Amino acid sequence: MRFSIYRYDPDKDDKPYMQDYDIELEPSDRMLLDALIRIKSIDDSLSLRRSCREGVCGSDAMNINGRNGLACITPVAGLKEPVELRPLPGLPVIRDLIVDMTQFFKQYHSIKPYLINNDPPPETERLQSPEEKAELDGAYECILCACCTTACPSFWWNPDKFVGPAGLLQAYRFLADSRDQASAERLDNLEDPYRLFRCHSIMNCVDACPKGLNPTSAIGKIKDMMVKRTV
Amino acid sequence: MAIARRKFDAVIVGAGGAGMRAALQLSEAGLKVAVLSKVFPTRSHTVAAQGGIAAALGNVTEDNWHWHMYDTVKGSDYLGDQDAIEFMCRQANEVVYELEHFGMPFDRLENGKIYQRPFGGQSQNFGGAQATRSCAAADRTGHAMLHTLYQRNVRANTQFFVEWMGLDLIRDEQGDVLGVTALEMETGEVMVLQAKATLFATGGAGRIFHASTNAFINTGDGLGMAARAGIPLEDMEFWQFHPTGVYGVGVLISEAVRGEGGYLLNKDGERFMQRYAPHAKDLASRDVVSRALTTEIKEGRGCGKDADHLLLKLDHLGADVINMRLPGIREIAIKFARVDPINEPIPVAPTAHYMMGGIPSNFHGQVVAPYKTGPEEVVQGFYAVGECACVSVHGANRLGTNSLLDILVFGRAAGNQIIEDLKKNPHHKPLPADATDKVLARLARLDAQKDGENVAQVGTDLRKTMQAHCGVFRFADMLKQGVTKIGEVAERVAHTEIRDKSRVFNTARVEALELDNLVEVALATMVSAEARNESRGAHARDDFPQRDDDKWLKHTLYFSEGRRLDYKPVRLKPLTVESFPPKPRIY
Ligand SMILES: Cc1cc2nc3c(=O)[nH]c(=O)nc-3n(C[C@H](O)[C@H](O)[C@H](O)COP(=O)(O)OP(=O)(O)OC[C@H]3O[C@@H](n4cnc5c(N)ncnc54)[C@H](O)[C@@H]3O)c2cc1C
Ligand code: SF4
Ligand code: SF4
Ligand code: FES
Repeated sequence: MRFSIYRYDPDKDDKPYMQDYDIELEPSDRMLLDALIRIKSIDDSLSLRRSCREGVCGSDAMNINGRNGLACITPVAGLKEPVELRPLPGLPVIRDLIVDMTQFFKQYHSIKPYLINNDPPPETERLQSPEEKAELDGAYECILCACCTTACPSFWWNPDKFVGPAGLLQAYRFLADSRDQASAERLDNLEDPYRLFRCHSIMNCVDACPKGLNPTSAIGKIKDMMVKRTV
Repeated sequence: MAIARRKFDAVIVGAGGAGMRAALQLSEAGLKVAVLSKVFPTRSHTVAAQGGIAAALGNVTEDNWHWHMYDTVKGSDYLGDQDAIEFMCRQANEVVYELEHFGMPFDRLENGKIYQRPFGGQSQNFGGAQATRSCAAADRTGHAMLHTLYQRNVRANTQFFVEWMGLDLIRDEQGDVLGVTALEMETGEVMVLQAKATLFATGGAGRIFHASTNAFINTGDGLGMAARAGIPLEDMEFWQFHPTGVYGVGVLISEAVRGEGGYLLNKDGERFMQRYAPHAKDLASRDVVSRALTTEIKEGRGCGKDADHLLLKLDHLGADVINMRLPGIREIAIKFARVDPINEPIPVAPTAHYMMGGIPSNFHGQVVAPYKTGPEEVVQGFYAVGECACVSVHGANRLGTNSLLDILVFGRAAGNQIIEDLKKNPHHKPLPADATDKVLARLARLDAQKDGENVAQVGTDLRKTMQAHCGVFRFADMLKQGVTKIGEVAERVAHTEIRDKSRVFNTARVEALELDNLVEVALATMVSAEARNESRGAHARDDFPQRDDDKWLKHTLYFSEGRRLDYKPVRLKPLTVESFPPKPRIY
C-alpha cells in the first residue's frame, strides 16, 4: 500500500516535504495506526503520537486524505491511495505528524473546565436525576483529540480569541450540569465578539469528530442560554 | 555535560488516576509539585477503564465494606495484605463520594444516587448472593474519572510537565531517594528534578505480552527505574489475563457486559461457565474464567476455523440497555471485531490485562524494601501508588473495579503521607556527585551504537516469548526455557540501535528507553514465575495444580542485580477486624 506522509524535523530539515512509502501490509494491520507502526519499524524517524490504540485517549489525531481523524480507528482498507497523511491543520508543527497543542489546551483551560459548587458537600453523593445526567451525555465523552477545533475555519483565523468547538463543548458540559453553580459566570466568560460568537455554524467540527459528538448543537444551546438571560 | 537542575517539594512521575489523585492532595496543600507524564494527562491509560469503581455504597443491594474486604481477600487467593485491604475497603465510599463532589459524571439511579452494577467476585454476606458494587459512568468510567481528576487539578493549579519521560531514579549512599532524571521529549533535553519526595505512579506494563489490553505507553517504566536503582519488585509472577479481549486484537470488552447479563458460549452454543463455576458462573473471578476459556479452547470447543476463541453473547440484553449502559463496547465491537453486538456475539479470547505485582509499598504509599533491616523498611523519600505499586491489595488476582479504587485510595493516602513527611524533612538532601552518570552513559550508548538491532524487532521477540512461555497456564519446561530466552532478549536489548538521532521529539529514542524497562519487567515476571511451585490466583502451574499455603503463602521479591529472589511474609492481620484465614476458593 502506498502512503505519502508529511515530514519535517526542525533539527535537520529547512522545510517540510512529503515522503512516499510503499509497504506490504499484514492481515493483522487493520487500522491506519497499525500501518504507521509498520512503517516506523522500518523507518524509525517517522514521528507521531499514539497510546491507547482504541480511540479513547485522543493522541493520534491527524489529517487523513484531507479529513481529520484518529489513525487507530480508521480502517486502512477503505482509504484511497496514496494515503496522504498530514499533521492537524492550523496548529504549529513540532515534527512530522506531531503538532503543538498549546493553543488548543489554553482555550480548553479558559472555560474553567471543572465543576464549580461552593456549597459544603454532603456526606454522600450530590443527587442528580438520570434525566439531569443525560444532559451531560454527548459532551463529557470528549477525548480532547482536537480533530474538530483544527477543522474549524474560525479557529484557524483566531486561535487566540475563539474558544473553538472542543472548548465550547466542554463549556456546555459544565453549564448543563445540575450540580454546577457558575452558569452566570460561565456565560459572562463567553460574552464577547470572538470567544463564542465566531462560530458561524459551518459544522466542519461535527463532521470531524471521531467520537460522533456534536459541538455545533452544544454551541447553539449556549447561544440560546445567552439570549434567554438577556430577556 | 552540565545538566540543568530544578528543585521541587515533590515530583510525581505519572499523571494517570493515581498520580493525579496524589497531585491534587499536594497542590491543594500548597506544596510545590511537578507532575511528569509521557503523554498529556488525559491520555493516560486510566482513560480506557470501562466497567466501574468498587465501593460498598449499597445503592442497589445491601452492602458494607467488610463484605467487600472479604471478597478482595478471597479474590487475591489469600496473597493480599489484609491491613492494606481493610484500609482500602473502609475508605472506598469516601473516595467515591469525593470524586462525585469533584464533578464525576456518574450514571444515576431513579432516586438520583450513583448507579451501580454487579461485577465478578462481588458477594453479600461473605460469599453469599451476588453484590452490586461497581459505580459506573456507562462503560467509560475511567475516562470520566481521569478527566474529572485532571479538571480538578487545573482548578488547583497543579504544575504538569507534559511529554516528559522519567529516566532514572536518584539515590544517595544511604539509599534515600532524591529525585529523578527526565527527558523532555520536545527538545531532547535531559534534566534533574530534585525532590524531597518522589512518587511513582507510572501505571502498568502489559506491553510485555503480545496480546494485551494495555496502551503502547504501558511499558513499566517505574518498575524499570526502581529495579535499576536496586529496589526489588514484588509478586511479578501474578498477571491478570482478562477473559474477554477482542479476539485477534486485544482491545478490552469489559466484564460489565457480563455484569449487565451477557454470557460466554463455546462452539456448541453451551454456556460453559456453569461447569467451572456453578454458583457465580460468568461472574466468577477473572483467573477462573480465563482458565475456563483456555481449557475450552485446548479441549477443542473453541469457535472459528482455528477453534481458538469463544463468543460473548449480549444481544438478549436488547438495544436499549446496550446503547445506554454499554455504548463504548458496542463501538469497539463494531470497529475492532466487525460485529454489532445488538445482533451478534463478540469473538473473545483471554488477553494480558493487569499487573498485580509491582514496587513494594505499604498502605501509606511508602516504598518498602529490605535494604538495611527488614523487608518492611521504608525507603526514605520514595513512594509508589497505582498499578506500578504492590501494596498488596490484589494479591494473586485482582477483582474487577478494585483498581480504580486502589488508585484513588492510595493516591490520596500517599499525598497525605508526603505532606506529613515533608513537615519532618523540610530540606533537600545534597545530590551525590555521580547522580547522573549511569543515565548519561545509557543515553550515550544508545546514540553511539552501531550495527545494533532494531528496537521494534527485539520488542516483538520479547512479547512473543512472554506470551508463549508465561501465559494463562504455565509449564515447568516452558518456564525454564523462558528464563533462558528472556535472558537472551535482555542481552540484545543492551545493543539496540536507533537510526533517528534528532533531538526533537525523538520517539525512536523513547521506544528504545522503554524497552530497557520492559525487559526488567519481563525478567522479573519469568524468573518469579519459574520459581513459584504452586498454583495461586492468576499463576496456574500445570505441574503444581494446587495452592500450597505451607510453602508459598508469601510474597516474592525479585532483585534485578543477579536476578535474585527473596520472599517476605503476607500480612494476614487486618487493622481492626479478624483475619480471614486461607480457605479453598470456590465460586
Ligand atoms: C482496558 C482496561 C480497562 C480497565 N477497566 C477497569 C475498570 O473498569 N475498573 C478498574 O478498577 N480497573 C480497570 N482497569 C485497570 C485500571 O484502569 C488501571 O489499573 C489503572 O487505571 C492504572 O492507573 P495508574 O494511575 O496507576 O496508571 P495509568 O493511568 O496507566 O497512568 C500512568 C501514568 O504514568 C505516566 N508514565 C509512565 N511512565 C512514565 C515515565 N517514564 N515518565 C513519565 N511518565 C510516565 C503515563 O504517562 C501516565 O500518565 C482497566 C485496565 C484496562 C487496560
Ligand atoms: S460549527 Fe462553529 S465551531 Fe464548528 S466548525 Fe463551524 S464555526 Fe467552527
Ligand atoms: S469534540 Fe470530538 S473531535 Fe472535538 S476534541 Fe472532543 S472528541 Fe475530539
Ligand atoms: S491511540 Fe488513543 S485515540 Fe488513537
